[in-house]
Amino acid sequence: MTARIGVVTFPGSLDDRDTQRAIRVAGAEPVALWHKDKDLKQVDAVVLCGGFSYGDYLRAGAIARFSPVMDTVIDQAKAGLPVLGICNGFQILTEAHLLPGGMLGNDHLHFICRDQKLRVENADTAWTTDYEAGQEIHIPLKNMDGRYVADQRTLDELEAEGRVAFRYVDFNPNGSLNDIAGITNEAGNVVGLMPHPEHAVESLIGTGRTDGLPFFTSILKKLVNA
Amino acid sequence: MSKTPLDTVEHAAATPDVELPWAELGLKKDEYERVVEILGRRPTGAELAMYSVMWSEHCSYKSSKVHLRQFGEKAPESDAMLVGIGENAGVVDVGQGYAVTFKVESHNHPSYVEPYQGAATGVGGIVRDIIAMGARPVAVVDPLRFGAADHPDTKRVLPGVVAGIGGYGNCLGLPNIGGEVVFDACYQGNPLVNAGAIGVMRHEDIHLAKASGAGNKVILYGARTGGDGIGGASILASETFDDAKPSKRPAVQVGDPFQEKLLIECTLEAFQEKLVVGIQDLGAAGLSCATSELASNGSGGMRVTLDDVPLRDSTLSPEEILMSESQERMCAVVEPEKVDRFLEICDKWDVIATVIGEVTDGDRLEIFWHGEKIVDVDPRTVAHDGPVYERPYARPSWQDELQADDANKLPRPETSEELKDQVLKLVGSPNQASKQWITQQYDHFVQGNTVLAQPEDSGMIRVDEESGLGVAIATDGNGRYAKLDPYTGAQLALAEAYRNVATTGAKPLAVSDCLNFGSPEDPAVMWQFAEAVRGLADGCQQLGTPVTGGNVSLYNQTGEAAIHPTPVVAVLGVIDDVARRTPVAFQEDGQLLYLLGDTREEFGGSAWSQVIHDHLGGLPPKVDLERERLLAEILISASRDGMIDSAHDLSDGGLIQAVVESALLGGKGARLVVPDGLDAFTFLFSESAGRAIVAVPRSEELRFNDMCGARGLPATRIGVVDGDTVEVQGEFSLSLAELREVHERTIPALLA
Repeated sequence: MTARIGVVTFPGSLDDRDTQRAIRVAGAEPVALWHKDKDLKQVDAVVLCGGFSYGDYLRAGAIARFSPVMDTVIDQAKAGLPVLGICNGFQILTEAHLLPGGMLGNDHLHFICRDQKLRVENADTAWTTDYEAGQEIHIPLKNMDGRYVADQRTLDELEAEGRVAFRYVDFNPNGSLNDIAGITNEAGNVVGLMPHPEHAVESLIGTGRTDGLPFFTSILKKLVNA
Repeated sequence: MSKTPLDTVEHAAATPDVELPWAELGLKKDEYERVVEILGRRPTGAELAMYSVMWSEHCSYKSSKVHLRQFGEKAPESDAMLVGIGENAGVVDVGQGYAVTFKVESHNHPSYVEPYQGAATGVGGIVRDIIAMGARPVAVVDPLRFGAADHPDTKRVLPGVVAGIGGYGNCLGLPNIGGEVVFDACYQGNPLVNAGAIGVMRHEDIHLAKASGAGNKVILYGARTGGDGIGGASILASETFDDAKPSKRPAVQVGDPFQEKLLIECTLEAFQEKLVVGIQDLGAAGLSCATSELASNGSGGMRVTLDDVPLRDSTLSPEEILMSESQERMCAVVEPEKVDRFLEICDKWDVIATVIGEVTDGDRLEIFWHGEKIVDVDPRTVAHDGPVYERPYARPSWQDELQADDANKLPRPETSEELKDQVLKLVGSPNQASKQWITQQYDHFVQGNTVLAQPEDSGMIRVDEESGLGVAIATDGNGRYAKLDPYTGAQLALAEAYRNVATTGAKPLAVSDCLNFGSPEDPAVMWQFAEAVRGLADGCQQLGTPVTGGNVSLYNQTGEAAIHPTPVVAVLGVIDDVARRTPVAFQEDGQLLYLLGDTREEFGGSAWSQVIHDHLGGLPPKVDLERERLLAEILISASRDGMIDSAHDLSDGGLIQAVVESALLGGKGARLVVPDGLDAFTFLFSESAGRAIVAVPRSEELRFNDMCGARGLPATRIGVVDGDTVEVQGEFSLSLAELREVHERTIPALLA
């Protein structure tokens, strides 16, 4: 038996097919979900992928958060459905208040695309159990608005509760506070990060590393063993 | 408010003496007279708008056509060619039922005026050409040329161009996998912003720009039509309308990549359901071009109701609607019973789609406005029968003097210390320095099929996940070489792109080009153009790689000073299994470095002569295309059979530049020995063509040597991959840390 993982396509989503491929490579079954459709087709988990949903007009993720599919995602995430937000997906999760804080334009004002070194800070979320806490990995990063910000109280809370899931190492590519690359909600079912694990699942493609694959094997194991 | 009466066909016939502003629209007197002759009456304002823009240099190739014919006449036999010159883009068979379409175009002038939007819409335009062939776009490349790196205006133009390419391409979800960035004072007032794209489809999905089948509907879909991108038309429009007109809008178009992304997805979905008979994108000359080309390539005529075009600005005149170059629009021809489904798909993607006309069984293109006929022409006369010029050309008087100013006689470094200093100057010079600050503003990873991207010798994309089939593309051009000898310079550009594709393990298949030159009205420039085209056509014939299409950009000059003649050549290749690709980076200590090919004293147009002596003179390196072909075969065989682990083409900057790049990318140094018969200077800096360096695992040395020996390719062992320095024995040693610092700091220091 395997798990069915939904990937939402918004107008302007770019990494939807890549994410479906990563899910397939991990051994799970990808299911295409459509932004105008409230129905999640009974998937076991959902990935909000990268891109520029609705052109990122107004503010990254701000319009996507109000799409019909997100009504259901928000409800079910609160009830425990595992949700992963990658890049634009992370921005959508913060706009939807499933994760705290928000993203501003990179401090250097340029788009940046690079092979980014990260440290896994929390290996207990639904999406990170195949990593070890403290493990250093390389995952491609590519964004315009990747500077994570939150008020001091939220930052203190995230740090105190171990909810910073990933931190940039050696180089902070966008000016994120506390070098934060990704965070989780309290329950550990909702995770968002700026780097793109779906671009690091095949040894031939991209940077040639497969450090992103454990995201997808982690969730698969959790769902299959559940 | 007074209103001028609508200039209908009937009105035009009845008022033969009305003077139209043909000169303001860029037509010559004899061209206007030709239009009158074709129509048998004076044109209407709308007709004049269409002829003027379709007969422009940009759309009609009137100065270049007589030369470009050679690409067809000299085209080598090739089984790979599926669609050739004349369509939106050429199509090549890459095997396993896949076809690939690719093309390079210029967006030079708009990018100088408004760098961000000029460059962005350049990407948008080339991508629509690819979609119009029926293909999914899979990658873009951007060959760029700017003025001197330290000139203040370069700091205005370059960051805008790079941000525009990134802003548009990244938002479309297309990996940017290659291109070039070159600085030279000759491009100061005329940066060259060329944009290339590749698309992939199945053979049966190839679509063409033609409107056939009377009764079929013409559907305009995508963005609404606005007043942007209208050049001369606004002058005409102000003649026919009153002073209530909105102010003139800029001639540079404004792009909306989000709209284009939706256009890609909805077009591909319509293709998949086989709803489209013919298709054309709206680029230069907008609806004038799309309607006249679709109609003239089909079997019948076309009737269009201009009132049905969705507008952004309701005050636009019919002439303006015909000439608007608003971005993100396409025109499809659809059978009546499939129109509903087509509109449904557009609606799914929130794309506006409107039936604006239909194919008729006549042979006229008729356009109506408020129920009256304002255009009645034979579409062929608009789209294909434009003027053709035999511009005079002559070898410039200064050419001999330039060639006599021999770079081989420039003072050379006399000591090891001097040699080392010159190496550092070279690898840190703007043209040879790392372009990472630029390329990291482009997404390389999206779509999840990028096998190689810049700074690799060619960009490579996986086409089939099961079989590993892939395609590679490289673009090259060297204006300095071409200035010294345009015929040879064009062949060197071809040879380099061909070699770059082979270096990564792919077999070169076909060529596209973007020919950037000065004014065709200058006989010296026209001679450069004629020579370059002749060189490229001869070269393609010899290498067996047909030209599938391309683009000509003329008038790249400020006052009397033309840019260096700059033919940019793109070569497309195919690789059976991307797992066998060869990267630039050194992989493992102990591997043996071989230099393939012959090294001669060739410094004319070289990076060394530019960086050390600020000199341009003499002759460019010799071209031997048979040697290039042999080298390519060896590189492809060695890659396929696992005999080499890395390879790098030698071109500008010579061997030392290539070794430094491979070392820095791999994080592994090299120990080099100057081979017998060469001095250290020539060994390191010569730019002889037809060469590459390869790293051979010791276990493969015998087999590799045997192969080169048997096929007659000179292969010289020059050293070994080792340590964390680049050392030339008996001369100098430089640490990777120092080289990296020098190589990587230049561009950010100038431009960030």
